[in-house]
Amino acid sequence: MRRKTRDEILTHIALIIIVLAVMAPVLFALAKSTQTRAEVYHFPPKLGFGSAGLFNYKVAWTQYDLGLYMKNTLIVAGIVMFFKTLFSMLAGLGLVYYDFPLKEWVFYFILFTLMMPTEIMIVALFNEVSNMAKALGLENSYAVLTVPFLASATGVFLFRQHFSSIPSELADAARVDGAGPVRFLWSILVPISWNAIAALALIQFIYMWNQYIWPLVIIRENEMQLIQVGLRSLTNQQDTTNWGLVMAAAILAMVPPMLIFLLLQEQFTKGFALGQEK
Amino acid sequence: MSTAKFKGKWVPWLFMLPTLIILAVFLYYPVIQTFKLSFYRVAFLGLKTKFAGLDNYIDLLHDSAYHHTVWVTLVITTAVVIIGLGISLAISMLANQKIHGAQVYRFLLIWPFALSPAVAGVVFLFMFSPGFGVVNYLTSLVVGHELNWLGDPTLAVILVIMASVWKNLGYNIVFYLAALQNLNTEVLEAASIDGANAWQRFWHVTFALLSPMTFFLLITNITYSFFDIFGMIDILTKGGPQDATNVMIYNLYRDAFEYYKTGLASAQSVILFLLVVFVTIIQFRTSGRQVHYGG
Repeated sequence: MRRKTRDEILTHIALIIIVLAVMAPVLFALAKSTQTRAEVYHFPPKLGFGSAGLFNYKVAWTQYDLGLYMKNTLIVAGIVMFFKTLFSMLAGLGLVYYDFPLKEWVFYFILFTLMMPTEIMIVALFNEVSNMAKALGLENSYAVLTVPFLASATGVFLFRQHFSSIPSELADAARVDGAGPVRFLWSILVPISWNAIAALALIQFIYMWNQYIWPLVIIRENEMQLIQVGLRSLTNQQDTTNWGLVMAAAILAMVPPMLIFLLLQEQFTKGFALGQEK
Repeated sequence: MSTAKFKGKWVPWLFMLPTLIILAVFLYYPVIQTFKLSFYRVAFLGLKTKFAGLDNYIDLLHDSAYHHTVWVTLVITTAVVIIGLGISLAISMLANQKIHGAQVYRFLLIWPFALSPAVAGVVFLFMFSPGFGVVNYLTSLVVGHELNWLGDPTLAVILVIMASVWKNLGYNIVFYLAALQNLNTEVLEAASIDGANAWQRFWHVTFALLSPMTFFLLITNITYSFFDIFGMIDILTKGGPQDATNVMIYNLYRDAFEYYKTGLASAQSVILFLLVVFVTIIQFRTSGRQVHYGG
């Protein structure tokens, strides 16, 4: 018994040290974000909270357009989250509840796109989308930031897997009641699929919020820029970089995805049925 | 399971249409274009393109700077995978102990899940800056002088690896913890009764049972090091110093968008694509179907 308590205390100590070590960079950023310029450049470095309060946050938000970037990114992530979930569910419905020729081909057509991350075709995608945008007058728009990302194999397969695990009696009952596929989707599948929906929404939100290379190459107007590239422009003025301000911006940039993750964490684990044997 | 529940010939196509169109237009088409572009060369500031056959590939094959880029990518990938997964597994095992407040510890360990490569890059850039960065202050206390993290090629690679490992920690721990919690504890108890020591229990039981998850994380960490690392490199080192951290995706980006060598960049895309196909085939061969959690 005594040995067990000693072991437990050691585990606690180890975990506390690890938690602090993992948090250290963010705690450091948090402390620096409240310091004045003089405090930031003080030697030896000051690690406590400074006397600037929320001043850096205010300046970052208004003068350095963080508010604008966050609004843009929120809109872009929201659009992609909504439509990708919708399109993935519809495709899942088609794949699971219908029989049609070429089904296997469609399956592989979708599957192969897992091997095509944006970065790999960045040159061709840039050419294609900027030509399209020019023709349609949609340069520097939400459209160029969202439309290429409205579909994904991840989403389709998540719902395909989820729908397949739902007892087929449900669909039979719906058909006997005379419900069409759309009503079946809306009044039966959606209510019992919230975990999968939340899991996909979470993944998509974080993915879009953290996007970097695409807005970097396709957006030419500061007005339409997204948050990660906005952070980049803050650090690019090397000599005059006000690090308190940059740290405030970094903290602001990590808050929304982190909140969503902590909020939906349980649904995420259930939605992906993590670790369960298939 | 494959029995149809609804009838209709074209209805399923209607449902799948939005997804299929977007995948065709914004994934298949640009990938095919990438292959095509890789056989062309742009001249006169992008005004003219001419067919160049395999010239772009031959150039890459003979370019020692490109070889270096591939090497750097492999070094960083290997380090991020081995160090990152090792640390994550150790932390997850510790956090999986049945102790008071285990939930709190887990919560405090998984929040970096949502960290972006750019944010990690910005924070590490500041911490490791010469002159006023806090890490340099600490190293000067220990070693007696500052270390030039951003100016020394070896140190810059180490810096990128550290920042990447930190950035991926939350993600790896979320998945390892979930796998550990689903682990069949009876096997561990049986091994314990059979007289297996702690190390044997870990290696022959826990690690073996976790191998599907380890394999999944291996793939996602490789994907990170190939592609997502771009934002971090762009902010932290810009591929420098002396190309020490110039990974394949960053080199490709610069060739395409700074030097306008579209054909050469496309050839690099094709090489990266073949690497991804290779990794994916291995994934399917060994672990069957696994969901990809990227896009």
